[in-house]
Amino acid sequence: MKKINISSFFSQLLLMFFVILWIIPTFGLFISSLRDKDLLAISGWWTSLTTTKVNEIHRMAGMEEQINEDGFFLIKGNLFEYNTGKKIQSFGITSKNINEFAVNEIATFKDNSQVTVNENGVYIWKSQQEFSKKKGKRLFITALSPPSFTFDNYKEVLFKEGIGQAFLNTTAVALPSTLIPLIICSFFAYALTWMKFYGRDTLLAVIIASLVVPLQMSLIPILTIYNDFGALFGVAAKSYPGVWMAHTGFGLASTTFLLRNFIKSLPNEMMEAAKVDGASHYDIFIRIILPLSVPAFASIFILQFLWCWNDLLVGLVFLDQVPSEIILTAKLKELLGSRGENWEILTTGAFVSMTVPLFIFFALQRYFIRGLVAGSVKG
Amino acid sequence: MSVFNLFFIVFLGILVFILYFHISNSVLDYLEKKNNRRYNFENSIRVIIFIAPAFIVLFIFILYPVFETVRLSFYDKFGREFVGLYNYKWAINDPEFQRSILNNLGWLLIVPTLSTFFGLVIANLADKVWWGSIAKSIIFMPMAISFVGAGVIWKFIYEYRGPGDTQIGLLNAIIVSFGYEPQAWLTIPIWNNIFLMAIMIWIQTGLALVIFSAALRGIPKETLEAARIDGASELKIFFSIIIPYLEQTILVIWTLITIIVLRIFDIIFAMTNGEWQTGVLANLMYDWMFRGGGDSGRGSVLAIVIMIGVIPILAWNLYKHRQEQKI
Repeated sequence: MKKINISSFFSQLLLMFFVILWIIPTFGLFISSLRDKDLLAISGWWTSLTTTKVNEIHRMAGMEEQINEDGFFLIKGNLFEYNTGKKIQSFGITSKNINEFAVNEIATFKDNSQVTVNENGVYIWKSQQEFSKKKGKRLFITALSPPSFTFDNYKEVLFKEGIGQAFLNTTAVALPSTLIPLIICSFFAYALTWMKFYGRDTLLAVIIASLVVPLQMSLIPILTIYNDFGALFGVAAKSYPGVWMAHTGFGLASTTFLLRNFIKSLPNEMMEAAKVDGASHYDIFIRIILPLSVPAFASIFILQFLWCWNDLLVGLVFLDQVPSEIILTAKLKELLGSRGENWEILTTGAFVSMTVPLFIFFALQRYFIRGLVAGSVKG
Repeated sequence: MSVFNLFFIVFLGILVFILYFHISNSVLDYLEKKNNRRYNFENSIRVIIFIAPAFIVLFIFILYPVFETVRLSFYDKFGREFVGLYNYKWAINDPEFQRSILNNLGWLLIVPTLSTFFGLVIANLADKVWWGSIAKSIIFMPMAISFVGAGVIWKFIYEYRGPGDTQIGLLNAIIVSFGYEPQAWLTIPIWNNIFLMAIMIWIQTGLALVIFSAALRGIPKETLEAARIDGASELKIFFSIIIPYLEQTILVIWTLITIIVLRIFDIIFAMTNGEWQTGVLANLMYDWMFRGGGDSGRGSVLAIVIMIGVIPILAWNLYKHRQEQKI
């Protein structure tokens, strides 16, 4: 008994190790997308999870803010523009010794003016002479910064920067690219299973061969067809319908294959009985096959939808890279490549692009897994 | 384009196909009822209605392109003049092509093997633990994410800042904390390939994991119980019972991931764009589709080389299919 416990403990430990290893990258992105954009580029995301010590330089207010009290000239204010929960530990008045004074101690400048700072950033700067400089003096502070998160990046990214539009574009690509193959392949799969016609077995073999044909084999000829078509009819060569059909073509073999396997597994007797009753193939398809196939449709829908949503290559080749057509993945790639280091747009954009797949993943995981296990092979 | 316009054409696009099937079939149903009997020729019309859209798409997007790509590989960059084996000779002597082939081979060796291995190990561990299904969900999750999204995620692991600066990449932060120099991981030739592969392994392990999990349930409980009662260690059970039992599944997963890896494009395109000797065939091909106005000859040769990689799998699938048909 004891032996099993040790091995179970070891299993748990090892599994925990894998889980942590696997989740850290995504977790890092998630945390990053919630951080202040200025901090993103200067400190690691993990530092924002714990209270950290930060060194900052702040400038006190200038002469305009001064008041006269009991014969002294005072400038009062707060070093922090807004409350971030930072707690000052110590401060200094020269860059050489930034931790010279503890909070609430009185520091004396060369001109005999005195300053004190409390832990919330409130300072009182006191002098016997009138302040005469427009800018106040600098203070060096060491503060403890608690974890702080914000949705500002999301607000910015969704409504500016074109991520919102790209999100719509991706939806407009992915939905028909999933539904069209589902519609035409379900009829195709039905015909391959229940109709007798010349060349059926050959067609099935072709489908099975097409399962593994890499889509690279199709890119150049299809692009040529699209260009010729566009030139012939004077329309844009790259368009949404073009992408839908391309995705339909590349997903056709796997969709048909999976649907055929499913339809084949349905009981034969039902079909025969309906036929005897005079039902046409279309009746059988609509009244019997369709309702029974809902779980299979769900699995295949998810597989194909995720594939289209996450695709980059097809969207790059068959759509123009303009704001009204660019898809999320292409947009992200553009941001990744730009030297501008727009970290907040990149992290938030990436997370926005993942919302739909992650939602599907968590809500419909059962169907997703069922589809994968059913043997999705895609070229 | 406004939201409304966009969704209007989406709706229209889908509607076209639904209407096609509905109207054509309803008309045929009506004719059959009117004549009160079925003619052979009406049956063939039904077959045509059912298979035509899919077959046309299959022909235009898969069958024709396969032959056209083979043809184009013997023609010049515009696809006009026959140049014989010129494009193939160019490929063999092109250093970029040689590099890509080597990289592709590296990907094919490492990614399917490690993904399958991790998938198998994790499936077994998760099977024994009460929180196994949560663990599986977490490890499976990257499967839902796009390769580009994964690229962004891993940028925070590999990001490099000069020595002395604060490292914001996790990997560099770790090695700096141990007192080593930070490295620009993605720019170190040969090794950078491994770092890119890690992203793919991170994604594909989930695929292997779920399929193994499903297969593990098929192992008879009695066999495992009997082995345990006989005092076999968990390790011994893993190697002597589980692995032989899953042999077929291992092969399936390994091929599945091989096919995916063979046409790997997005990760490299997003992370390094093939620089620092990380290029693979799919990236080189994409490059040649547009470089210098596009070269359909060279692009086609590269597509064919990728295709050659799947031919053994294709043949095997067809062979298995024929076996099944016989039964």
